[in-house]
Amino acid sequence: MQTALSIAVDALAYGMALFIICIGLSLTMGLMRVVNLAHGAFAMIGGYIASYAARDLGLGYAFGIVLAMIGTVLIAVPLERLLYRRIYDRSELSQVLMTIGITFCVIGITNYFFGPTLKTIPLPAELARSVDLGFRGIAGHRLFVIASGLVVAGGLWFLIERTGFGIHLRAAVENAPMARALGIRTEIIYAASFALAIGLAAFGGVVGAEFLPIEPYYALRYMVTFLVVVSVGGAGSIPGALAACLLLGAIDVTARYLVPDFGNFFFYLAVILVVCAFPRGLMGRAQ
Amino acid sequence: MPAAASGSRTLGRDLLGLALIALVGLGGYWLFPDNLAFLTRVISVALLVLSLDLIVGYCGIASLGQGALYGAGAYAAGIACVHGITDPVLLILIGAAAGAVMGLLMGAIMLRAHGLPQLVLSIAIVQLLHEAANKASSITGGSDGLSGMSPAPLFGVFEFDLWGRSAYLFGLGLLLIVFAVLRFVTRSPFGMICRGLKEDPLRISALGIYAFPVLLNMFVISGTVAGMGGALAAIATQVVGLDSVSFEVSANALVMLVLGGIGHLYGALIGTVIFMALEHIVAAINPFHWMTLVGAVLIAIVLFAPRGLSGTLDELARLLTRNRWGAGR
Repeated sequence: MQTALSIAVDALAYGMALFIICIGLSLTMGLMRVVNLAHGAFAMIGGYIASYAARDLGLGYAFGIVLAMIGTVLIAVPLERLLYRRIYDRSELSQVLMTIGITFCVIGITNYFFGPTLKTIPLPAELARSVDLGFRGIAGHRLFVIASGLVVAGGLWFLIERTGFGIHLRAAVENAPMARALGIRTEIIYAASFALAIGLAAFGGVVGAEFLPIEPYYALRYMVTFLVVVSVGGAGSIPGALAACLLLGAIDVTARYLVPDFGNFFFYLAVILVVCAFPRGLMGRAQ
Repeated sequence: MPAAASGSRTLGRDLLGLALIALVGLGGYWLFPDNLAFLTRVISVALLVLSLDLIVGYCGIASLGQGALYGAGAYAAGIACVHGITDPVLLILIGAAAGAVMGLLMGAIMLRAHGLPQLVLSIAIVQLLHEAANKASSITGGSDGLSGMSPAPLFGVFEFDLWGRSAYLFGLGLLLIVFAVLRFVTRSPFGMICRGLKEDPLRISALGIYAFPVLLNMFVISGTVAGMGGALAAIATQVVGLDSVSFEVSANALVMLVLGGIGHLYGALIGTVIFMALEHIVAAINPFHWMTLVGAVLIAIVLFAPRGLSGTLDELARLLTRNRWGAGR
């Protein structure tokens, strides 16, 4: 019973961390139609900035998160203007290739500046101790990740479905020339949602660092995981991404606890089964 | 297309191309006698990239899982060799058969989806096989790799020695045969249908052709070629590592193909040779510089030369000849 409970808590927290990182990727892929394999690289950059701020400068965890999000967006926006803008309407293969290229560059440069060692982000005392729930304790960090995931999901849903920005975004996605004709500045909308996606990636990279440790190969190692999760959920769908993250996170964590020597076997088996059963993802829209 | 109009001219061009490949291959044999093991690896990877070109370039299906087919061939040949089947030609055939079976499976799974989920399926398949090969260490050797192979002499005469001379020449011969067959396949009506499916699937289906079996056929052919490449690597190095069935191999193969030019058999060869030669030099200095370089090259190709080196060369040649005509008039 105790094992089952700790597996469940870990699985939930891991799924939520995946969700915070992947939802940005799902938005860029579903709404802006860009397969951004460099998304993990941005999460990694966020992790590096937070680690530098919190561990080397001693600025604290919360400040580290804020700095990571701002810094990563500042790095990503010029890239959007210079590189991504040119591949918005190109084939999937070109997008995959260019973003793999960006990932490789980020890995090489990161290693040049920070070295190949693992970077830790020290947790503040409130998150490091365990929270007593009456019948047993749960690590505070896990609760924090789960709560953050819920806040991100709710906030994004509100932003896209209930605000003026969300209406403009959906209009630009549905029919860009018509949206432009109606006076919506689509390139600003695209740049803003790209920045939002990258900011979330950086946030997820920092809070998920306990599950996905920050090191130069982070970008490549988890690139596949993120891509898989998004396409299982169906690109562009918030509930789909949430369902996919929780399902695959649960399978991954459970398999690691119970049959550790199988590695990722069951994770990818589940992926193949789900994609075969739902070729557009769990909640993907018909194209 | 002028291809059908002048059959004898294309035959002449093909023979010239084959002679050129043989010449370059033999040139490598005489120029770099100390690096024959590396050159054999280049040939084996060239077979992998050719097989990927069949799927990506001729059918328009993006795949990041070609390593599954390559690894299937490598492991099948390796396991057969450990269990006493040592004739190298037979081992290549075993690798080809294993690759074909894996191609059939992979095609049957991947063709269910389209676009991004298809790409994800290809990744999931290669990762699944990687984990399976790691787990089944009693058969595959797991993370230590499968070793203890000793292939018999080729045709009973040429030993696979330490310098890898016979392995290299064997590989070169195999590459020439495969290349000739693939030239034929891609130009056949079957190859034309595949190209048509890539360009305009709706129109092809309006002609009364059902896409699934055609594409599945191409997957089997592709698997055969990739399996041969894997088997060649297994025979030449006498070790099969877990990395032969991995996402990295698959991604690298795609990068090589894109570098050379998609939908171009010569492009596949050019890309492989350039990529692996550069990797050999730069990665020896610092593997992380190598990653930065590959990344920069990829970005540059997508932005400035979307058709790869061979496509860009084609375009340049066309521009030059047009200019000369213009000047003559």
